[in-house]
Amino acid sequence: MIRRKINQEHPGPGMERRDFLKASIAASGGLLIGFHFPGITALASAQQSSPNTFMPNAFVRIGTDERVTVIVNHSEMGQGVYTSLPMLLAEELDADWTKVGFEPAPVDPKYNHPAFGMQMTGGSSSVWSGLEQFRQAGATARAMLIAAAAQQWNVDASACRTESGAVLDGSNQKLTYGHLAAAAAKLTPPEHVQLKDPKTFKLIGKPIKRLDTPAKLNGKAEFGIDVKLPGMLTAVIARPPIFGAKMKTFDDARARSMPGVRKIVAIPAGVAVVADTFWQAKVARDALRIEWDEGSMQTFDTGKMMQDFRERAKSPGSSVRKDGDVESAFASAAKKIEAVYEVPYLSHLMMEPLNCTVDLRADSCEVWTGSQFQTVDRANAAKIAGLPPEKVQLHTTFLGGGFGRRANPQSDFVVEAVHVAKAAGVPVKVIWAREDDMAGGWYRPAFLHAIEGGVDASGNAVSWRSRLVGQSIMAGTPFAAAMMKGKAYDPASVEGVDDLPYAIPNIAVESHQAEVNVPVQWLRSVGHSHTAFAVECFVDELAALAQKDPYQFRRALLQKQPRHLGVLDLAAQKAGWDKPLPKGVGRGIAVHFAFGSYSAHVAEVSVTDGRVRVHRMVCAIDCGEYVNPGIIAAQTEGGAIFGASAALFQELTFESGRLQQTNFHTFPVLRMNECPEIETHIVENHEKSGGIGEPGVPCAAPAIANAIFAVTGKRIRRLPIRMTEAV
Amino acid sequence: MTGFSINGKRVDLDVDPSTPLLWVIREQLGLTGTKYGCGMAQCGACTLHINGEAVRSCVAPVSRAEGKAITTIEGLSPDLSNPLQRAWLEEDVPQCGYCQSGQLMSAAVLLRDKPKPSDEDIDEAMTGNICRCGTYPRIRRAIHRAAEMVAKGGAR
Repeated sequence: MIRRKINQEHPGPGMERRDFLKASIAASGGLLIGFHFPGITALASAQQSSPNTFMPNAFVRIGTDERVTVIVNHSEMGQGVYTSLPMLLAEELDADWTKVGFEPAPVDPKYNHPAFGMQMTGGSSSVWSGLEQFRQAGATARAMLIAAAAQQWNVDASACRTESGAVLDGSNQKLTYGHLAAAAAKLTPPEHVQLKDPKTFKLIGKPIKRLDTPAKLNGKAEFGIDVKLPGMLTAVIARPPIFGAKMKTFDDARARSMPGVRKIVAIPAGVAVVADTFWQAKVARDALRIEWDEGSMQTFDTGKMMQDFRERAKSPGSSVRKDGDVESAFASAAKKIEAVYEVPYLSHLMMEPLNCTVDLRADSCEVWTGSQFQTVDRANAAKIAGLPPEKVQLHTTFLGGGFGRRANPQSDFVVEAVHVAKAAGVPVKVIWAREDDMAGGWYRPAFLHAIEGGVDASGNAVSWRSRLVGQSIMAGTPFAAAMMKGKAYDPASVEGVDDLPYAIPNIAVESHQAEVNVPVQWLRSVGHSHTAFAVECFVDELAALAQKDPYQFRRALLQKQPRHLGVLDLAAQKAGWDKPLPKGVGRGIAVHFAFGSYSAHVAEVSVTDGRVRVHRMVCAIDCGEYVNPGIIAAQTEGGAIFGASAALFQELTFESGRLQQTNFHTFPVLRMNECPEIETHIVENHEKSGGIGEPGVPCAAPAIANAIFAVTGKRIRRLPIRMTEAV
Repeated sequence: MTGFSINGKRVDLDVDPSTPLLWVIREQLGLTGTKYGCGMAQCGACTLHINGEAVRSCVAPVSRAEGKAITTIEGLSPDLSNPLQRAWLEEDVPQCGYCQSGQLMSAAVLLRDKPKPSDEDIDEAMTGNICRCGTYPRIRRAIHRAAEMVAKGGAR
């Protein structure tokens, strides 16, 4: 039932929902848990609760002190789930918003993602997947509070209403939820509850301020790196300098004698130095002398790899999509063009480097970390601890950025911390230095798109063939079996080009899967982070070939795609597409569908002495019915900046197997003085809700690149943008 | 022994004088609001004040604090009443929040030195503070808003 519903919600051609869903069925052994609150009783002792506390389901607790605590099963990594999900529940509960708080959920199947079958945060899915769940939870609680009041007043429940944390009767007698909590706790949850008519919403749809802001302004918000336990030591690990290298021997004579060092131990991840403090551990770690068997990757070079990719793109790949006859259409096109687009490996580069704290006992294990992958992390920790997963408690802290990195299919940063704790015999926090974090792998894979297309004599696009070369992200993840079943390609590699929305009669999409021993992973917007760049730049190239305005050219090809058209028009109109710009400034446009939402950006860019400056970005977003427009604007702006950082600056390269970038000076992030003015315009409609954490990213790079063409006449075909490489 | 005052309290510590101040205040003093991001004064997450000046504490040896007055995010105000904190609340600035202590501490020095900062002043003062979530537009608005509050006689 859930499956059908999700598919109805997202009838778009994007692969991610459908396939994730199938994947989740496989990953959970056929178990797909949809929540129906009635019947879920109060949580066990893990959550502090007294007989007077009202906890009608796993998602809300109301105390006699009037506090409404919403238990959130998704991780807060900046995207606002500790606000938007409580809003859903509080709306149906008619809670007094000033009394609403949040609490991260413990790991429990009750808190599994309703679509993906495990507890996790990703795929821009928290809000759309939680809509029903959190509203139902609030409505159930409200019905029980009304029943408790009605009992007390000896009136019919239908004579009661609720308002701002209280039940009222026809004569405006009033009982607050705190007063009713104890009585409501004794009642049985109703089987069915009526959800509100959206017209009556008081919270949903409003730019409600985030609940987690105060704690983030006075140092009180606890991130994983801030966790402190009694008797805890801190560890820093020397990991292999080359992927796949194995340790032969290590000499710790110097390191061992350094102050504060308690233990130095080889673990599968490398050599861990355990000390009283981080700095002592790091200094001693840097003093280790380790001999590595460098393995087959010691000759790895990203320049050579891209050459190989270019060679592979000359031959046909596995067919992903085939409409019409691309070859003959291309052969007979009046004008044609071929272009090769390349993007590099990227690091997630969360501001908070990876870390994990573990307290391992004989029959229990507690883990504190900023996780996006609780079910997987707990299971992997349990294996190393030698305990059943139920004996492992994973506490989700605030995440100082996630962007996908903290949903690691092998739980790398958790597993190694359990190993260290096992060896140390005391609670240990493992902290990755920034350089460790950057060199640690699990990057956005490098990709190459070879595209050829043609237009007829009237300038109509007649053919498009995309060939992609790059590593699979899904291979080796819990989603691989289901997502890649029966396919010779990884859907996540081609998402965003397989569903090319333009009305072109002949389209072929082919994929070459590259096997490279660099660990890769989903990074904010996943495949869309490169497909939108290639696709939207090439559409622009076709428009130029047809001698048409790039906005109007797209419009003409999107006549049957109303929501693409909606954001495209909105962005163009708000940007003043047809208005003149100052001399030396160019405008570029891009539109893309990803994670259930439609996005378009217009960028205004100048180029001076080879230096690219983005002055303004106008973003339009259509994520269907939305919950918090303030958060949507923040995610859209942040996504545009994230995309612009990658477009302008970011690249990981390898020489002789060694990563050449180490820290923010060699892998830069856009800074305040480089930040454009950004405005976000939200499409108002009643379509099903889509995601918002990722859809703001993909359009940034192509909008900027297309603006560069508008002002310089030069095409950008490789990221990061370097004017010396423009053609 | 190294001695200094932190958020108005005098502390004396027996610590290797070359240890970065950041780790001393996070680990020895338990003030974890100041964050580690890069260890090389690139990102600004560790920004605090030594005698009123913004310092990247990840590269400042603790010996540099000897006899001085340090203020960290925990000491900016006891109750979120600093105009910058109020403006940050009104603009709903933070996303993940990890960099915001450093952003606020840099902005505090800016606002003290330039009570009515221009956009260029903001660029200059804030460019050393990276935000990976991309809250820059809101930070800029919040700084202007805080300046207005101060101009209208808001408490400092």
